[in-house]
Amino acid sequence: MTILKATHLTKKFGKFTALDGVNMEVNEGEVYGFIGPNGAGKSTTIRILLGMLKATQGEAKIFGKDVWSDAVDIHKRIAYVPGDVNLWPTLSGGEVIDLFMKMNGSTNYRKREELIERFNFDPTKKSRTYSKGNRQKVALIAAFASDADLFILDEPTSGLDPLMEHIFQECVLEAKRAGKSVLLSSHILSEVEKLCDRVGIIRQGKMIETGTLDELRHLTRTNLTIETKEPIPSLKERKGIHNIEKNDSALTFQVDTEEMDAVIRYISEFGILKLESAPPKLEDLFMRHYQGAEHSKSRVEGSL
Amino acid sequence: MGTQYFKGTKTLTRFIFRQQRFKILVWLISLTVITLSVAAAYPSIYKDEQSRQAASFTMDNPAMIAMLGPGYEIDEYVNSVGAMFANEMLLFTAIAVGIMSILLVGRTTRADEEDGRIEMIRALSVGRLSYASAAMIVIVSTNILLAVLIGVGLASLGIEGIGVEGSFLYGAILGATGLVFAALTAIFAQASETSRGTTMFSFMALIIAYLIRAIGDVSSEALSWLSPLGWTVRTGVFAGNDWWPVIVSFVFALVVGFVAFYLQSIRDLGSGFIAARKGRKNASAFLQTSLGLTFRLQRTNIIAWAIGLFLLSSSFGAILGDLEAYFADIEFMEAFIEAESDYSLTEQFLTLLMAIMSLISLIPAVMVILKLKGEETKNLTENFYSRAVSRTRVLGSHFFLAVVVSFIMQSLVALGLWSVSGSVMDEPLSFVTTFSSAYVYLPAIWVVVALTILLVGAVPKLTGVVWLYVVYCFVVVYLGDLLDFPVWMNNLSVFSYIPQIPIDDMNVMTMGVLTLIAIGLSVIGFTGYNKRDIAG
Ligand SMILES: Nc1ncnc2c1ncn2[C@@H]1O[C@H](COP(=O)(O)OP(=O)(O)OP(=O)(O)O)[C@@H](O)[C@H]1O
Ligand SMILES: [Mg+2]
Repeated sequence: MTILKATHLTKKFGKFTALDGVNMEVNEGEVYGFIGPNGAGKSTTIRILLGMLKATQGEAKIFGKDVWSDAVDIHKRIAYVPGDVNLWPTLSGGEVIDLFMKMNGSTNYRKREELIERFNFDPTKKSRTYSKGNRQKVALIAAFASDADLFILDEPTSGLDPLMEHIFQECVLEAKRAGKSVLLSSHILSEVEKLCDRVGIIRQGKMIETGTLDELRHLTRTNLTIETKEPIPSLKERKGIHNIEKNDSALTFQVDTEEMDAVIRYISEFGILKLESAPPKLEDLFMRHYQGAEHSKSRVEGSL
Repeated sequence: MGTQYFKGTKTLTRFIFRQQRFKILVWLISLTVITLSVAAAYPSIYKDEQSRQAASFTMDNPAMIAMLGPGYEIDEYVNSVGAMFANEMLLFTAIAVGIMSILLVGRTTRADEEDGRIEMIRALSVGRLSYASAAMIVIVSTNILLAVLIGVGLASLGIEGIGVEGSFLYGAILGATGLVFAALTAIFAQASETSRGTTMFSFMALIIAYLIRAIGDVSSEALSWLSPLGWTVRTGVFAGNDWWPVIVSFVFALVVGFVAFYLQSIRDLGSGFIAARKGRKNASAFLQTSLGLTFRLQRTNIIAWAIGLFLLSSSFGAILGDLEAYFADIEFMEAFIEAESDYSLTEQFLTLLMAIMSLISLIPAVMVILKLKGEETKNLTENFYSRAVSRTRVLGSHFFLAVVVSFIMQSLVALGLWSVSGSVMDEPLSFVTTFSSAYVYLPAIWVVVALTILLVGAVPKLTGVVWLYVVYCFVVVYLGDLLDFPVWMNNLSVFSYIPQIPIDDMNVMTMGVLTLIAIGLSVIGFTGYNKRDIAG
């Protein structure tokens, strides 16, 4: 079942177009990764989904209700964690957690205590004195202590140490096991790889790719290292081959997944002595998308 | 050691000046323009000796002394229109300069530190005290510039009775008073960990200095010497021209400034000398309500204003006794002030007092609404609107709190005047008169509160405009008659429509219309707030 559906969201700030026809769909029980370079429009999209910004065009629905006009209703079943948590300096962390939970309409004190324990958090200090990571914990504890059906997390782990990051990941997986949905925007690709079922990539206000991780992997290149008996002529003219490097007798290059079959057939004619293949790294996939088409082309031309 | 402490001061001075230039410019221009235009108006108001003589009688009474300072001998007033001008304008202009210094220093010291800007700069190759020195250079230059502008300006008006030496003394004492409060603010910036605390302590110091001087000027001169504002009004500008208060203020500012620098050099970045307390583990049931949170976030501010207003109105209450005795002594005074025999002179004085005090009560009420805009700028409203809290509810809590605050402040004003004056007067003010003369201003206060709602809701970029309007209302009340403003200019201030009880009769119609206007403005504000983007 679709929990969140955004169709053709466009947002203009004056003349500047921050979002340009963004579509997005998050299903029940799914963790959806939302990634893209700085300034791509992730936070803007999320703010529209939260009813804080009004989309210039397009519409978005959560639980089948309009995100702008039914914001308050929707928010009763949502938990949000921003990447930069701002707290009232004169209130203590414990007070803020209670406030947040109350505003969400849930009061699960047992869960609250358990999470404070797990995140190793001191709720008695004034918010002014909390470090970046500790402010982040306030929002995370309030979010996971509520029984929301959809978690919207915008770079929720910025500032957390690796131990806390690990606990965060456990919390997301627990939520998923309980059948909740999660929209996770993050720059930490390993986190996305570990947690997300599907991923959407946004660049310059446009969604440029959506799909499961496997589907996306399919779109990328495999690294091959080969040695052949006879030298291979005109390898670089062939379709789907990139970044050729030559060390001693070995050749290293990348192959587009869809050209793999043709390339292997071609090189086998020259008598293969050694063949090593490395799976596509997610990192490479993202780099390619982040940098954009023009950029990667110039990189190919620059090689060899 | 030079480099360790002061490297980069020059660049930072330019940097701070660039950041603050707009504010500095607005302050300098408004202070100079108001001073010069009032001064230019004086010769036509007090044309001949007779009118000066008449006015000097009205000056020489305890209420005026408490409000404006000890004043001059009668023959000095008669001889020089400058003395009259200085007596009416110097103290309040000095207070305005003090406010300018407090805001500028608060901004460039603790606020910059609290927001992390100084941390970024400290990480560069600059000295420990460079930022503080640069801030001080900027504020000292601003005050000197102000002194010169006003000195030269007044002198060049060429008004008889406003001499060259007096003009420069007038400018110099304003600048020196500004420096005193700049230095005090610098100390509070060391003591408090927050910029709010810093400005709050500084304004408290300003109010206390005013009150000590008021009580001292009326009853004991020695007491006035404890207050920097007591020095300010002892310059005898345009008559005796005493320069020692300028020197005393300057030396005081220097010493306090040095202490501030010393404290700055020994403390950690981001810390203050008054340590923060430990907080509670859970939120109380009251805090968990929307109104409770709104109140809690502004509690200190509201309480501080409540205490300040109560003290101010009780001090005026204390003076009313002296005033009554004074009026009783000089029967022929009655001839000067419109002798509506139904009302005593103290009652007539009460109406002026109420107009001014209501404008002061207005400030905390407007601040309650503006806080919401401040929270949005600090990305704090995101905490509400990403949860199940509606915009109407949040804005509504602020509106409700502002109305309650306006009611509380007016009640305290009336209570202070009524209770204290009751114990010192022979014919005390009646409870009903005092309270109704205060409450009658509520609709005007609500109109300005509603205007603030409209700005925050519909045109958030222009919220600052409301302060211009408040200042405008002040100017109309304080100088409207004196400068003989045309009727339409007076009518732009909502406060002009309020009947002055007990002299005027209660006008239910006006009250009703103003309340309706307030409701109309807030409806526009609420609608706009529900439609616009929330920045954070
Ligand atoms: N209120 C605003 N007015 C004008 N431009 C804005 C506003 N808010 C965001 N933008 C612009 O919209 C673009 C998208 O910003 P957004 O914050 O959504 O990026 P992001 O993908 O979250 O980036 P990051 O990874 O750095 O968090 C940016 O170019 C930003 O400058
Ligand atoms: Mg962002």
